[in-house]
Amino acid sequence: MRLWRWSVLAVEPQLQSAKSLDEALKLLSENTDLQPLAGGTDLMVQGFGLNVLDIHKLDELRGIDVTEAGELKIGSLTTFREIVDSELVEAWSPCLVEVGRSIGARTIQNRATIGGNIGNASPAGDSLPLLMALDARLVVSSSIRGEREVPFEYLFAEYRTLNVMPDELIVAVVIPELTVFDHTHYRKVGARTAQAISKVSFSGRVRIEDEVVTEARIAFGAVGPVPIRCVAVEAALVGNPVDPQVSRLLLDEITPIDDIRSTAAYRKRASVNVLRSWLEYLAK
Amino acid sequence: MKIEFTVNGASVSVDVDSSTRLLDLLRVDLALTGTKNGCSEGECGACSVLLDGRSVCSCLVPAFQVAGSEIVTVEGLAGEVLHPIQDAFLKHGAAQCGICTPGLLITAAELSAQEVPPKETEIRELMAGNLCRCTGYQKIIDAVVEVVCVSS
Repeated sequence: MRLWRWSVLAVEPQLQSAKSLDEALKLLSENTDLQPLAGGTDLMVQGFGLNVLDIHKLDELRGIDVTEAGELKIGSLTTFREIVDSELVEAWSPCLVEVGRSIGARTIQNRATIGGNIGNASPAGDSLPLLMALDARLVVSSSIRGEREVPFEYLFAEYRTLNVMPDELIVAVVIPELTVFDHTHYRKVGARTAQAISKVSFSGRVRIEDEVVTEARIAFGAVGPVPIRCVAVEAALVGNPVDPQVSRLLLDEITPIDDIRSTAAYRKRASVNVLRSWLEYLAK
Repeated sequence: MKIEFTVNGASVSVDVDSSTRLLDLLRVDLALTGTKNGCSEGECGACSVLLDGRSVCSCLVPAFQVAGSEIVTVEGLAGEVLHPIQDAFLKHGAAQCGICTPGLLITAAELSAQEVPPKETEIRELMAGNLCRCTGYQKIIDAVVEVVCVSS
């Protein structure tokens, strides 16, 4: 019996499977066209390149821990299901649990990895604005130069391109600890909660001490070619009590487009509204 | 390449290409056509199967990655008697056209095996990845709640 078989490919990709991180890094250094494949929830839809490096067996890249420096470290192959179920993540950043729950649905969360969400570098990647707001850093590794960290603030070079070298593999995400003065927020605007790609996604963090904002991070996804930090809004917030009016400054910083999911006008309005409603909540 | 894994308790050894989907491996090579092909992009849940006990969209799983794993499809839910979730679907009339049913049964089976049973609101969220175009959701949720919440 022969039924219809799906394929988006004219040519079968060359597949290499890494059994250890060292082997994966060595293969990447020998062939910079290799495309790392983890849970496949993005690549199985977008299609593979011609040379695929399967890394899903690298258990050393899985897991959630607190480092000696007191930061949360999430291995790149950790699934969103593991993040959602983690009491450690819940205590560290309840917003990250919310992000995990908003990604696809359970069947996607069981496979999709945090490293994949970052590496796919979609401007609408759901975890990206929050990781920016939390001052997280991406840990990448190369067989030649070893490990280095890239702050999320500087991670996104251009549309779907990270400031990561072709021979480097995403190995972990590091998230500093919040203080008791920090307030964080995550809000996704989509056609429905589950299974919808964001029209707008927003994450914010403000530190409020003695009723004055001492630090602010305002990050948006799906409103430009890359996820962005809105530095003018941040600057206007710092040094003052929380002022919802500064949300209007956002319009000079975001550059949304019309596409199948939404319009630029709707995205602008929704972005200002989600920011303002959070600031109004904080100002009360 | 040759891979070995377990489907519904039986060991199988099959040849797959690097881009073969688990969904096609099940439906085409193994003739397990209970698992349905809906959207082919992980949005509808019709192709859900259990991979090492967790529900996944088999259209998004590269077949070679299941080497050494245990797969359960809708054909493997019932033993001598129906799985409790299948009984509940029958009792509540939770199927209309039926194409979403295999995926829903799989997702519900995962929930029914959870150590801490989810509450009804959580069940609604956890099953949001399985679409029913006949929109028979209330009867589906009633069936799942009866098995997941009441029996535990």
